[in-house]
Amino acid sequence: MKFGIVVNEGPYTHQAADTAYKFTKAVLEKGHDVHRVFFYHDGVNVGTRMSVPPQDDRHIQRNWSELAEKYDLDMVICIAAAQRRGIMDENEAKRQGLDGDNIAPGFRISGLGQLIEAGVQSDRLVTFGD
Amino acid sequence: MNDMPEDGGGVVKKFLYVNRKAPYGTIYAQESLEVVLIGAAFEQDVSLAFLDDGVFQLVKGQNTDDIGVKNFSPTYRALGDFEVTKLFVEKESLAERGLTEDDLMEIMYEDEDDDWEEKPSITFVNKSELAAIMADQDVILSF
Repeated sequence: MKFGIVVNEGPYTHQAADTAYKFTKAVLEKGHDVHRVFFYHDGVNVGTRMSVPPQDDRHIQRNWSELAEKYDLDMVICIAAAQRRGIMDENEAKRQGLDGDNIAPGFRISGLGQLIEAGVQSDRLVTFGD
Repeated sequence: MNDMPEDGGGVVKKFLYVNRKAPYGTIYAQESLEVVLIGAAFEQDVSLAFLDDGVFQLVKGQNTDDIGVKNFSPTYRALGDFEVTKLFVEKESLAERGLTEDDLMEIMYEDEDDDWEEKPSITFVNKSELAAIMADQDVILSF
């Protein structure tokens, strides 16, 4: 089965990013496909490489980045939500005249159309958040 | 947007956007509306549901001057221009909050299949009717 995953809440504040990670990992380990993981609302904050949690805690961003690398996952951060919250890739930072970017490996910034397209293309679109 | 919408290869699915939160205080309602507007370009079969505190999103006469955030409520009235014409409001949620149908904005669309006659976009439904609408969907996005 082909899944689409939506993450709507920020890391550490809310369990959504953890549960979504565990679900996505389980789905992939069972041999299913994940068409895309889409990060929206505060979920975009998962995609900053500037996150430095205490060493005895899980590293949510790194977990996702490693999963993306292992399974060639498409992880998309909504551009409108990202701009509000200061998540930038190199191009976007340059375009906005900012002095740096902070996007983590394996994530890319794109439009909300990618969320709709994930709904169209996936057999199941599973949302994590309130 | 920095990317062109991709079509679904001619696939038309039933999309329901479920709005359950008040318009201000959190960003969910505003960012839900942004998805609806972008999603309209994909020519899917779109409906919106308003329940719980989400019914406050459609209350008329919203004024955000004193809280310093954008009043995005006029956008709901423009949904018809984006061919988003099915808005379901749960009656119980209205009643629980002391609201009546008259407290909501008038949201109309022009029916291209009926000589462009102006028709109301909002349908008032009870809990069980809304449950049936939800059961009939392919994709549900809840905000």
